[in-house]
Amino acid sequence: MEEVKLLGFWSSPFVYRVKWALKHKDVKYEYLEEDLWNKKSDLLLRSNPVQKRVPVLLHDGKPIAESIVILEYIEEMWPHNPLLPQDPHERAMARYWMKFGEDKAPILLGFYLNFGEEQEKNVKEAKELLKILEKHGLGENKFFGGDEIGLVDFAFGWIACWLEVMEEAVGVKLSEAESLPRLHEWIENFKKVPLIKENTPDRDRMLSFYKQRREQRRESFISSRAS
Amino acid sequence: MAEEVKLFGLWGSPFSRRVEIALKIKGVKYEYIEDDLQNKSALLLKYNPVHKKVPVLLHNGKPIAESLVLLEYIDETWEGNPNLPPDPYERAQARFWAKFIDEKCLPALWKALFGEESEQEKAMEEALQNLKMLEKELKDKRLFGGGGGGGGGGGEESIGLVDIAANFIAYWVGIIQEAVGAEILNRERFPVLYKWIDELLSCSVIRENLPPRDKMLAYFISRVQAAKASK
Repeated sequence: MEEVKLLGFWSSPFVYRVKWALKHKDVKYEYLEEDLWNKKSDLLLRSNPVQKRVPVLLHDGKPIAESIVILEYIEEMWPHNPLLPQDPHERAMARYWMKFGEDKAPILLGFYLNFGEEQEKNVKEAKELLKILEKHGLGENKFFGGDEIGLVDFAFGWIACWLEVMEEAVGVKLSEAESLPRLHEWIENFKKVPLIKENTPDRDRMLSFYKQRREQRRESFISSRAS
Repeated sequence: MAEEVKLFGLWGSPFSRRVEIALKIKGVKYEYIEDDLQNKSALLLKYNPVHKKVPVLLHNGKPIAESLVLLEYIDETWEGNPNLPPDPYERAQARFWAKFIDEKCLPALWKALFGEESEQEKAMEEALQNLKMLEKELKDKRLFGGGGGGGGGGGEESIGLVDIAANFIAYWVGIIQEAVGAEILNRERFPVLYKWIDELLSCSVIRENLPPRDKMLAYFISRVQAAKASK
């Protein structure tokens, strides 16, 4: 019998990528919540000694870390209900955009992670990146995956379900519907997909969490500047 | 059916060389076009409007960018001598380490070698830590391996995705160290990693697809001098 475990954190969009993929494929798994801020479990530290972070998938005891790597693994292990196109060129394009999302994450999330001048710079650049994503990544498609959702949609799921909560927590708007109409249309469509609708963290809980985290970050920022 | 494969690359770029190595291991015929970074060629801008940089592969007119994405594409498109193993779990491990190299090792190494002085010490520590973890992953293997026939007799001893992804560490770091007068990677600190470097560079397909050492060294020396001059 197959044993699949997912080590996660309730608010993490990276963990949700994996949850969505597992659920899309009807893979039964046991979810284990990690107390990331206080004490990471021995299982997590053993399973991901390099990065010590979630998500980690354990399949029959064998650990896989890094959400994008886990997504590819899930796609290969459970090929039904595919989340990647068959055509090699289209697969390459999907991987390209997932990598784009990973590489640009520090800038895209800079509005939340950073302060002052650096934050301003990040916000400006992030807006440009979202335009690029909309124009070249999404194009005229309903989803990044085409007519149906795929791994790339999961990878950018944070833009659909997390971004506006974080924007509210920080008091900065990154993504305006007027300047990114196609992306906002995608956000609406993505959120309507039953799999997604039924599997996102509670908004109120997220808002208070991100507000709290933002304040903690601000305190660190101020004290690091003072020293 | 005649196939058209073109690679836009840069002689000194490790990312560009990764793709060339993968194509050579597979025996894929391709046309190489050196990109003049100073005046970005119109063709490059057309095919990689997002990142505007090499390497870009053009296969039957369709462009693909990003070296690690290309390594997977090459595996999926052409038969024989794969750079990824068949087992999904092992593939996941290879992808993990290739990602680790690109997202953690390379930026830390680059900052440690070229970063602002205030950042260098921290970057050096991080680079050393990352390299230690990479070295640990090698264990007692000659290569990171997982490939299917590019560098040896097959099985785990053949050049794989991680070996190719780590080309910067195997070749460029040593040259850049000499140019900047730093020492991060040395045989004493990383005996296992150095054995891997020796093994990798002994593979003809790797050796024959690296930029000439003296030319690369001269390039980095002039970069260092230019940086000093602008201060």
